[in-house]
Amino acid sequence: MGRKLLTEHINVEGIETLEVYRKHGGYRSVEKAIKTMTPDEVVEEVKKSGLRGRGGAGFPTGMKWSFLAKPEGVPRYLVCNADESEPGTFKDRQLMSKLPHLLIEGMITSSYALGANTSYIYIRGELLYVLRILEKAIAEAYAAGYLGKNILGSGYDLDLYVHPGGGAYICGEETALLESLEGKRGNPRNKPPFPAVQGLYARPTVVNNVESIAAVPVIVNEGGEEYAKIGVGRSTGTKLISACGHLNKPGIYEIELGLPVEEFIYSDEYCGGIWKGRELKAVVAGGSSVPILPKELILKTAAGENRLMTYESLSDGGFVTGTMLGSGGFIAMDETTCIVRNTWNFSRFYHHESCGQCSPCREGTGWLEKVLHRLEYGHGRMEDIDLLVSVAKQIEGNTICPLGEAAAWPVAAAVRHFREEFEWHVTNAKDAVQPGAVFPGKAVLV
Amino acid sequence: MAKITFDGIEVEVPDGTTILNAARQIGGSIVPPAMCYYTPLKGSGGKCRACLVRVAAGSAKDPRPMPKLVASCVTPVQDGMIVENTTSEQVMDVRKGIVEMLLINHPLDCPVCDQAGECDLQNFAYEHGVSTTRYVEERRTFEKIDIGPLIQLHMTRCILCYRCVYTADQLTDKRVHGVLGRGDAAEIGTYIENIIDNDFSGNVIDVCPVGALTDKTFRFKQRVWFTKPVNAHRDCENEKCGGRVVLWYKGKDVLRVTARKDEYGEVKEWICNTCRFDKKETADWTIEGPAHIDRSSVISANHYELPVVNPQVIADLPESSIRDLEQNPPMKLGN
Amino acid sequence: MEPTTAPAKPQFSEAAKAEIARICKQYPEERRKSALLPVLHIAQAEFGGWVSPEVQDLVAEVLGLAPIEVYEVSTFYTMFNLKPVGKHVLEICRTGPCMLRGSDELTAHLERITGAKVGGAPSEDGLFTLKEVECLAACGFAPIVQVREKYYEQLDTQEAVDAMLLELRNQVHRPALPWEENGLPNALANN
Repeated sequence: MGRKLLTEHINVEGIETLEVYRKHGGYRSVEKAIKTMTPDEVVEEVKKSGLRGRGGAGFPTGMKWSFLAKPEGVPRYLVCNADESEPGTFKDRQLMSKLPHLLIEGMITSSYALGANTSYIYIRGELLYVLRILEKAIAEAYAAGYLGKNILGSGYDLDLYVHPGGGAYICGEETALLESLEGKRGNPRNKPPFPAVQGLYARPTVVNNVESIAAVPVIVNEGGEEYAKIGVGRSTGTKLISACGHLNKPGIYEIELGLPVEEFIYSDEYCGGIWKGRELKAVVAGGSSVPILPKELILKTAAGENRLMTYESLSDGGFVTGTMLGSGGFIAMDETTCIVRNTWNFSRFYHHESCGQCSPCREGTGWLEKVLHRLEYGHGRMEDIDLLVSVAKQIEGNTICPLGEAAAWPVAAAVRHFREEFEWHVTNAKDAVQPGAVFPGKAVLV
Repeated sequence: MAKITFDGIEVEVPDGTTILNAARQIGGSIVPPAMCYYTPLKGSGGKCRACLVRVAAGSAKDPRPMPKLVASCVTPVQDGMIVENTTSEQVMDVRKGIVEMLLINHPLDCPVCDQAGECDLQNFAYEHGVSTTRYVEERRTFEKIDIGPLIQLHMTRCILCYRCVYTADQLTDKRVHGVLGRGDAAEIGTYIENIIDNDFSGNVIDVCPVGALTDKTFRFKQRVWFTKPVNAHRDCENEKCGGRVVLWYKGKDVLRVTARKDEYGEVKEWICNTCRFDKKETADWTIEGPAHIDRSSVISANHYELPVVNPQVIADLPESSIRDLEQNPPMKLGN
Repeated sequence: MEPTTAPAKPQFSEAAKAEIARICKQYPEERRKSALLPVLHIAQAEFGGWVSPEVQDLVAEVLGLAPIEVYEVSTFYTMFNLKPVGKHVLEICRTGPCMLRGSDELTAHLERITGAKVGGAPSEDGLFTLKEVECLAACGFAPIVQVREKYYEQLDTQEAVDAMLLELRNQVHRPALPWEENGLPNALANN
């Protein structure tokens, strides 16, 4: 049984109230940080913890914090990225709706570390009901003196607000998020300048994912070194995995990084195996944008090692035989799944969500979707398969923001590992378009 | 100051200069193309990706290459930076891909487009593209939108460079058009029926790199390469307008009036709508002489730089051009 | 349906005005535009589930923006309905994880049962608009439908879908928002 650092009390009745949350040790990190530590000491603990951004990129949080520019007399901001929209990922919604005070506590402690006096939680607009929960909890925190002027008599002031989006996946990209917070279209900005120098209102800003912020209290309470003892190598601590798709027990699981993938899928403590007694066909392990892997490669690396739930193990083999931990959106597909349909579905998502600002993404995502749609509906040509790879390559790396890669990788990986299934959609188009048609062949492993 | 090496050529520029502007100081064929960046418009650039270049060394302090190609129009130079444009096969290859992307939903209606001959997209495709397309899907189209009596908006041709939006934002007090929708359904529009009515609104025509915004008073009048550009000025009553323009003649008739542009197609001075749309008589203007069009365009092929002493000479221009052409063969395209 | 049903000069209720004033205080004085998305959400809830051009102009006026600044934003974000909608907008998630657990079938079923078409006009009784949306971040509880601020999860059985529709059919007022005493009549959209 792994340790639960974030979700230990998630099912306690009334944990969404400040009173119950405090009974279970809540807000200790605020007291500890503000009363006994300097802001830099808090940053140092987060650095020592090895915590990596939990939104998907996996960039070390402490290092990100240390990049924040601190010009004299200029306000700086902490903005929490709660725009959870990566298909397959639903951990932040669960965390915020059930443990609102954990995020608020993390925001206060982190804001103190960064010297921010105003902080925002940018939550996707679809989660307005969670915004209400957070606002209620924030009001409690103000009343208890954890927010507002002169917190705990320390002289430190902090105002915390929740800001809703309006329905746009792209706002999960940090500069698009800041544009959106400024009341504009969610167009990602050209970088440099980076948010650490010119972020919200052109002032220095740190943007962190909900889960990253929620990990800060435990790091401050137990110390960065203690936190870093959990996990394997540079993958320290615990991670929330959103398990979904064809699993017996989909849901949110807090795992210690290093858990074998096979155990995660099949053990009763976690997902309990594949539904309906079927075989696993493929997994998208880190949210829809990471490369899909066939069963054989998600359970074991190309070298035959057990695949572990860590940043390093999942990316072992690069994009040829590996994938990424990403946001931890773990989508399992059983043997009856049509990979072409699934790839088309993801492509449609990225086409729909492209902001339209830069040409490779605006035009390329639509192109990919249209070709995949033809393949899925029986109008594919053999040359379309290489065309997909080529168009994906033309998008990748050439766009303003990472949505280009997010749109390109799933297509490239699906063709790499399931080329025969794509070909079958061309050669056996009539069979392939039947609802529930199942490709009879095998995946390509290398 | 920062010293950088661009395609093997060293140039020293003030700190904060973008890679593109450093390259423009060198000039010539190594300058990356720019479809959205526009020096006079603050905030423009970074969108079309036509100007992507490879940074082989980030700076003298940190000589590592940058992991991805960067948009040269918005990336500032660092001292010791080494940049590859025409010398990088990867850059040339990616640029070809950008042309393809920009063209897949373009109507390719150049034969009936007023912009043909002075179209940045046409030139970009000619210089960097391939002559076939791999795109077999249906092309995106938009209804033509009426935005007033003077300007035609033909959204299907638009490449979403945002220049016209920045122009309206920065030149006029009340912008009524903008970018609506998103993704490949994004469009320039006014949302509710509205007309763009402002003393300087006509400048959106000049900044548009393609035929999305064209001059209704010039619509279908003439192919631009059959018209003769002549510099002229007048004492404009609008204090924000310098009244320095280019008149485009066909025979004795002024078919259209535009602002003057530099070799990169950037407007040197904005002009007002009165100068642009209402002053189409030679008598309205003091003629300075033939305008030199220093861009890779079929117009520059006409190459007829004769001094014009008085307006009467204008009428004879076609003939004098022929004379001139015999003496000086036309410049090569793209030179 | 053509966008003709909105009142010519819409006005926010007093409760909504107070809420807007509270929201505006969250941002620096000179950055009032920041309040645009939250105020658009309030407007959509106040004026029958969609934002007509007149409503958007009102939002522009309240925040001191040019109308085009509001149009640019309302057309970018998918939550804002730009055409009249039925009393309940059923937003059905269609993305991968929901598709794997039957969202295509759910959509077909809802079209059959309500008579409305995805992306089309509301059902003839004016009760339901069907709208397909992308990932709602509830993949572990797929398939999902969102109606206003509520998520209906695990809609993979006839009973679950029926229960949702019954609840919606019986709703006379839309649920009250935190700053309101009562929700507005559901009928607003069609009056």
